[in-house]
Amino acid sequence: MSGKKSLWSDLHKSLFEKNSLILTVGVLVTVSIGGIVEIAPLFYLDSTIEEVDGMRPYTPLEQLGRDIYIREGCYNCHSQMVRPLRDEVERYGHYSLAAESMYDHPFQWGSKRTGPDLARVGGKYSDEWHRDHMRQPQSVVPESIMPAYGFLETSELAFDNVEANLRALRTVGVPYDDAMLAAAVSDIETQLDPFADDYDGFQARYPGAVMRDFDGNPDQVTELDALIAYLQVLGTMVDFSTYEAEADENLR
Amino acid sequence: MNSAQGLRRAGSDPNTAIVLLITILGALWSLFAAAYAPDAAMKGQAWLLLGGFLTGITLLVGSIAGGGVITDEREYNENLIKAGVIASMFWGVVGLLVGVVIAFQLAFPVLNIEEFGFTSFGRLRPLHTSAVIFAFGGNVLIATSFYVVQRTCRTRIAGGIWPWFVFWGYQFFILMAASGYVVGITQGKEYAEPEWYADIWLTLVWVVYLLVFLGTLWKRKEPHIYVANWFYLAFIVTIAVLHVINNLSMPVSWVGSRSYSAFSGVQDALIQWWYGHNAVGFFLTAGFLGIMYYFIPKRVNRPVYSYRLSIIHFWSLIFIYIWAGPHHLHYTALPEWAQTLGMTFSIMLWMPSWGGMINGLMTLSGAWDKLRTDPVVRMLVMSVAFYGMSTFEGPVMSIRAVNALSHYTDWTVGHVHSGALGWVGFVSFGAIYCLVPWLWKRKGMFSKALIDWHFWVATIGILLYITSMWAAGIMQGLMWRAYDSLGFLEYSFVETVEEMHISYIIRAVGGLLFLAGALIMAYNVYRTIKGDVTEVDEDVVDQPSLQPAQ
Repeated sequence: MSGKKSLWSDLHKSLFEKNSLILTVGVLVTVSIGGIVEIAPLFYLDSTIEEVDGMRPYTPLEQLGRDIYIREGCYNCHSQMVRPLRDEVERYGHYSLAAESMYDHPFQWGSKRTGPDLARVGGKYSDEWHRDHMRQPQSVVPESIMPAYGFLETSELAFDNVEANLRALRTVGVPYDDAMLAAAVSDIETQLDPFADDYDGFQARYPGAVMRDFDGNPDQVTELDALIAYLQVLGTMVDFSTYEAEADENLR
Repeated sequence: MNSAQGLRRAGSDPNTAIVLLITILGALWSLFAAAYAPDAAMKGQAWLLLGGFLTGITLLVGSIAGGGVITDEREYNENLIKAGVIASMFWGVVGLLVGVVIAFQLAFPVLNIEEFGFTSFGRLRPLHTSAVIFAFGGNVLIATSFYVVQRTCRTRIAGGIWPWFVFWGYQFFILMAASGYVVGITQGKEYAEPEWYADIWLTLVWVVYLLVFLGTLWKRKEPHIYVANWFYLAFIVTIAVLHVINNLSMPVSWVGSRSYSAFSGVQDALIQWWYGHNAVGFFLTAGFLGIMYYFIPKRVNRPVYSYRLSIIHFWSLIFIYIWAGPHHLHYTALPEWAQTLGMTFSIMLWMPSWGGMINGLMTLSGAWDKLRTDPVVRMLVMSVAFYGMSTFEGPVMSIRAVNALSHYTDWTVGHVHSGALGWVGFVSFGAIYCLVPWLWKRKGMFSKALIDWHFWVATIGILLYITSMWAAGIMQGLMWRAYDSLGFLEYSFVETVEEMHISYIIRAVGGLLFLAGALIMAYNVYRTIKGDVTEVDEDVVDQPSLQPAQ
């Protein structure tokens, strides 16, 4: 070790290197500063999330589809975050807003595009395309390296307990009201049937939600129904005709 | 300390009883979960957890019946370290093997065998990342920290049964997490995939780890706390904070597998990458710097180059690292002020990183000839060189303009692996090559030539890996933003995928070579432990046993 002495290294030697608790507290204080300065303001600065029209919580079917998306680890290869760069906006659509993932617990922005971004995939392809694609991705995109997920269309969707899922989401801040919780189980089948008895009630709870049988098999509620419902709603909620990117409240 | 006080059998001491109580509570919870879990995945998982807890109960009862844990204050606890070395070797091979499998899946998607749902890339990739970072890296850190803290404090590890609880509890956490991934139990946050019950278990194990480490520091016979222990301590403390905050979530059911993150969207994103980047900063950097600060001086028999540089390096590294997370979120919906802060601190991070590199490399002053004669030193030095390389590349990639190109591409994957394979892998292998002859009292490793083979095969593997990923990443980034003469995007997305096929094959071969190196090492370690050492290695010096304080 260096033979030179200095005030600071003497102090360090007699304080931090002599007392493990002072060292521990010193470490804790040192590593807390950055986190507090960067993260805490995101919870109270109004400008963190833009003001938009159209954001609503996911329907129970969409939420279960999202759970399948997470279960299969789709985020390992697909991002959900269009950056405000010319090529990305032209390839995928309007750049993503913070508001668009405000009900996403957890966020699924991703970090790698082995496959394309999915933030605006909703409405881009037909349900039939998604069905073929999940069955055998190479049947619609021959060069694709995506695994097949054909088992989804034969797997029964487990949704008896979906009310508990929504309740947990409500605990962490998603605005599901009592009516949504009460109708959670029946809303799964309602969304799959465009002629459902509760059509109006469902639309009142989830304005603009698409109602149809997503997997093309009306006899069965499958995991594919849920996953396609989720994919088809991605990036479609915000009404960009009323969104003013240059407005003061949206400048960040 | 006289011998009558020294040797102590725990018998039915309260500590063993507390561990037994923890396992019994765990077993009861698993039984409830097996009966009442609302999701099918948890029903299966719960039986496995029950099996784990019952195994723990059986071992504990057996230990109590046999007279309890032996605590001999006159000796270092080396069985604990031996177990850690074997676990590290095992998980290292497993993690690398899964990595090779998923690398080949990207080159040849037919390897995603749909009949077995769990073999898809999306489920195996978290298995790979968790196995190499937490199972391999974690075991190396726990084993070396327990070794180093005993030696540098000249005292036996504190806590009787508790360090064993840390070791076995950590292995159980790995099994819990890994078995969950393949059946689709995941939180969906990168590098934090384990669900809430596994997170709670890890928190318990980790707090005990901290207390065992601190307890050993408290009873040290040396006046000062050695520099390697500062880094280990910073790693343990900070990982605890990161783990607890990033994993705050609301379970759907107290006996189910699914939970929802307490945070959403933009806040969740920053908390995740504050965690994610500091998993790199404190798990994969600070902890392994602890290894560097002990094993390099030991192996070359030279003091650390500069004491003052260690102090500056330590405090500036841990202060600055914490800020760097937002560089994972450039051009996203994260407010720009946070991105700018993240970028600024990421560039500043270059300095303390290289301070550490210089301190490690210059420790070889006067012993550079060992680079030629001792392949273990060569491995340790190469690891520090890779550390320097990737901590330069990192700040460059954190610049927003560079990141616009590199983000979402395989450049990031290459960058991570130059750090993970080059720095973390080699410094771990170097430490294990030091430890095995010391712990099993051998005159050297079974074969010095095999260490050389390991070094070269793995180094070529890393070079193939990172160069192919540079090519793939930069090419894909440029293709995404290419325009034709009429002002239209030139390439569809899938054309860029097609173009990377060759790079993906080269990368997989590189990974295969790195795995081959680890297998050579595993064989070498096995033969050494077995006692087949014939040649005497002059670089292996017997480590002193515990001496009474003067």
